[in-house]
Amino acid sequence: MSIITTNNLELYYDNFKALKGITIDIKEKQITALIGPSGCGKSTFLKTLNRMNDVVAGVRVDGEVLYHGENIFAPSVDVTTLRKNVGMVFQKPNPFPMSIYDNVAYGPRLHGNVSRLELNDIVENALVGAGLWNEVKDRLKKSAMGLSGGQQQRLCIARALAVQPDVLLMDEPTSALDPASTIKIEELMATLKEKYTVVIVTHNMQQAARISDKCAFFLLGELVEYDDTEKIFAMPSDKRTEDYITGRFG
Amino acid sequence: MLQSDKSGKRRLKDNLTKAAVYTAAAITAMLTVSLIGYIFVKGIGHISWDFLTSSPSALRGTIGILPNIINTLYIVFASLLITLPIGVGAAIYMNEYAKNKKFIAAIEFTTETLAGIPSIIYGLFGMLFFCQVLSLQTSLIAGALTISLMNMPTIIRTAQEALKTVPESYREGAMGLGATKWVVIKTIVLPASADGIINGCILSVGRAVGESAALLFTAGVGSVIADNVFEAMTRTGASLSVALYVYVFERGEFEIGFAIAAILMIIVIVINMGARATKKRFTKI
Repeated sequence: MSIITTNNLELYYDNFKALKGITIDIKEKQITALIGPSGCGKSTFLKTLNRMNDVVAGVRVDGEVLYHGENIFAPSVDVTTLRKNVGMVFQKPNPFPMSIYDNVAYGPRLHGNVSRLELNDIVENALVGAGLWNEVKDRLKKSAMGLSGGQQQRLCIARALAVQPDVLLMDEPTSALDPASTIKIEELMATLKEKYTVVIVTHNMQQAARISDKCAFFLLGELVEYDDTEKIFAMPSDKRTEDYITGRFG
Repeated sequence: MLQSDKSGKRRLKDNLTKAAVYTAAAITAMLTVSLIGYIFVKGIGHISWDFLTSSPSALRGTIGILPNIINTLYIVFASLLITLPIGVGAAIYMNEYAKNKKFIAAIEFTTETLAGIPSIIYGLFGMLFFCQVLSLQTSLIAGALTISLMNMPTIIRTAQEALKTVPESYREGAMGLGATKWVVIKTIVLPASADGIINGCILSVGRAVGESAALLFTAGVGSVIADNVFEAMTRTGASLSVALYVYVFERGEFEIGFAIAAILMIIVIVINMGARATKKRFTKI
């Protein structure tokens, strides 16, 4: 089942065409990796999926992005609701300067009236889901800024999970982390896909090969190839994909 | 092998610099301490319970500064009440909403210019505009409005600087969770910049407490205690600084002047400590 479909998606920064006719089907409860050299449009594409590009000055979008068949650019769409369903984790861990608990509770508090008890459950479940609960359960009221980089990133994942999204967009979530933390987050992603659809931008091709089910190769704003990860890495059908994954450029 | 004939000279230079900066620091500290000490020593003898808790009486020939203390607090808080929302609002507009760079530059230029205008000119303007054109007469509210005008640039500038220090990634993170712009500002940006905004308030309070020229023109020299805030705001009233000026220059009461100065400094210290405590509450996480 595909959960997000884009049809001929084009995106302009003023006059620069950053995405050229992207058509892709993202499958439910799988990890889709977006790879490609810097500036190829993969992050731009990711941010379009929950309209985080809206606030960037000079951005114009053509074509459509369907989430469960509904065009997210339709005037009737409520961006807050879209982002509740399509959550995001950023490249650099960005916990808010508040307690661990308040970080995770931020989203649920935003989206509605939840009782204190419900909130406690939500926070615990989100932290368990992000594999952080055991490390922080005794210091929930302490500042999130005191956590290590890897813990902060898992906290950001917990924060995103707390609003119960069904898609999680991850923009190079491990590029600012050490190898040990990276492995933890990769393992976490494997469990996340049981419940969530994950779309991840990564610069690290080994990472894409290790964790993803589907892989999309972007180059200069174009979607060059999109296929099962095994197929992409074993026998890519496009010469450019092959050049990129064998390290001839990038 | 590791010796150099320059090492003696280098060490001398190093020590000289060290001595120079130590001396500079010591002079600064001594100036502050001796200034405050001098004022307290000269003033403390004239501070009594009566002095602090009564109004001046021409009949009995006694001097009390309670009305001036109250007027000072009224002016300080009324002007904060006016400048904070407008100033922080303007800063939020410039940092979070405005897209037109030229317009922002124009506002920044005007606020900087306003910040450099001597306070007596604010007093003159306040007297003509608030007291006469708006017919507020010589009153505490006219004084508070004049002080607000005077402090607006400080509040705008410090708030703007504080907002700029909030990392963009916080805003992104909150928006990614579905927060609207205003919610992001309310729940993330303002708390994270509270520290700097409170610093601006401390500066403004200092200026409001210390201002005499602008208030002499607009709030006058009254020293009668009103029954309530609203009555007080429409009446003329001297703040402590204005009272100091009047007692010293018009009546030659230097001891009273020092006593008021000591009280002024205590008020400033107390307000600053209060502001610091508020800051701690915001930044304890």
